[in-house]
Amino acid sequence: MSVLVYTESEQGKFKKTAFEVASYAKAIADQMETTVTAITVNAGDVSELGNYGVDKVLNVSNGDLDKFNANAYASAIAQAAKKEDAKVVVVSASADSKYLAPILAISLDAGYASNVVEAPSSISPFTVKRTAFTNKAFNMTTINTDIKVVGVSQNSYGLVESSGNASSEDFSPSLPSIGVNVQSVDKAKDKVTIADAEIVVSAGRGLKGPENWGMIEELAEVLGAATACSKPVSDLGWRPHGEHVGQTGKPVASNLYIAIGISGAIQHLAGINASKIKVVINTDPEAPFFKAADYGVVGDAFVVVPALIEKLKAFKAQNA
Amino acid sequence: MKILVCISHVPDTTSKINFTDGDTKFDTNGVQFVINPNDEFGLTRAMWFKEKQGAQVTVVNVGGPETEPTLRKALAIGADAAIRVNTEAKDGFQVAKELANVVKDGGFDLVIAGRESIDYNGAMVPGMLAALTNANFVTNCISLEIEGTTVTAIREIDGGKETVTTSLPLVIGGQKGLVEESDLRIPNMRGIMMARKKPLSIVEPTNAPAETNSIKFEKPEPKGAVTLVDADNLDELINLLHNEAKAI
Repeated sequence: MSVLVYTESEQGKFKKTAFEVASYAKAIADQMETTVTAITVNAGDVSELGNYGVDKVLNVSNGDLDKFNANAYASAIAQAAKKEDAKVVVVSASADSKYLAPILAISLDAGYASNVVEAPSSISPFTVKRTAFTNKAFNMTTINTDIKVVGVSQNSYGLVESSGNASSEDFSPSLPSIGVNVQSVDKAKDKVTIADAEIVVSAGRGLKGPENWGMIEELAEVLGAATACSKPVSDLGWRPHGEHVGQTGKPVASNLYIAIGISGAIQHLAGINASKIKVVINTDPEAPFFKAADYGVVGDAFVVVPALIEKLKAFKAQNA
Repeated sequence: MKILVCISHVPDTTSKINFTDGDTKFDTNGVQFVINPNDEFGLTRAMWFKEKQGAQVTVVNVGGPETEPTLRKALAIGADAAIRVNTEAKDGFQVAKELANVVKDGGFDLVIAGRESIDYNGAMVPGMLAALTNANFVTNCISLEIEGTTVTAIREIDGGKETVTTSLPLVIGGQKGLVEESDLRIPNMRGIMMARKKPLSIVEPTNAPAETNSIKFEKPEPKGAVTLVDADNLDELINLLHNEAKAI
């Protein structure tokens, strides 16, 4: 018996969320007095997983899995769960993991709780805390099945280092027919994604036009941040839809969210309020976003943002 | 083509979220319910298939009689028929099981659900339904074209998008992009009148068990007041973000 965790990698390197779900799996394994097995797909060096509590790694290397496929990945993870006699399977909240988890749950006859933000408060009954009503509440949920699938919210549990070494073995699951074939992938290279970013710099209609986004991109670059935008901005075509964050856009759960020229409509706040620290820059002191913010600057973005970029550059140079 | 559009009956985004019965139940008092936004994009795309390709569109919800106005609204937007599975929705698995039964009975080729509902945000039902009915599955879907049984779809991925091909039967987890916000339809008077005459059938549940139980709700800690920094003193903002928030 063990706790199984699916640790995601991209181009052979683990994503940060892989270490978060490994840390989470370790917390469950400690409560259940068992070990953690990770399953990886086409990952490179897996020894890092040992630093986050993984005892054993099952490495799947298969060119057919270079492109993500929910059925194939779910099947591989289900076969690993059976091999390890896992009673709990932990996955992340990435787009891919949220895609495969329901399929995985059905194939294991497992109950599934997603958007989980804390280690289980009890193992029997298995009780977790998850977000509900788009982060406006939490729901304590028990999973009643013999096998449980837990989806951990990004940036909720954090990384917990532990000293240990992970043993590693090859694992060759049989793959099902996949049904959905990827024809092309359109992904910005060398750009931080909103899902993986520690810091997100987001701007709204207050910027007045797409030609003014240069300073937003520069601010993001100085901070190593991803760029995002409000819904009106993507509806107007000023920025690509993939940057739209909010209830009907992408969810954000970054450490720092900087909102510039965004008034803070409730639909926008619903999508971003899982972020830990929120900074608002807006000319209107009555903008509702200030009520949801940790830090605020009342001022003109066209003055504040360039000044902030200069000061941050100086700060970075000093703290490099 | 027979399309089933899954409609979640959810509190409007602006609703106050409160709980009753010792924080075990959502307080519906004064709450306006709407079609789940992600489902509405899918419904509107389904109307396109109806108008351009002669598809039949049925909407479905798992829930009590109180959800019928939401189904009627979907009929007023243009769906041909509605089905209500007469049982309280308990968890994603139970809802997916009941829907799988509806899909099998109705012989639907295409199921369009929202990628997630805005109340529980579980993102469970579409994938579970696909697995239970042995259908192909594409979620976070922002474009859907169908010719015969050949399907081309685009799905949003972290940091970009990918184009996939697949075939019917298929379950879609839809979202904004399937159609644009400006394409969403507000029911007109004629649609509302016609909706009254369209069939809304009530199906008794198979009594699939839930696999998870909601025990209790909690509200987040109230947020402290914002710390305002003068626009002429951005060094202070950097200082706070670095030393107090430890965010940079």
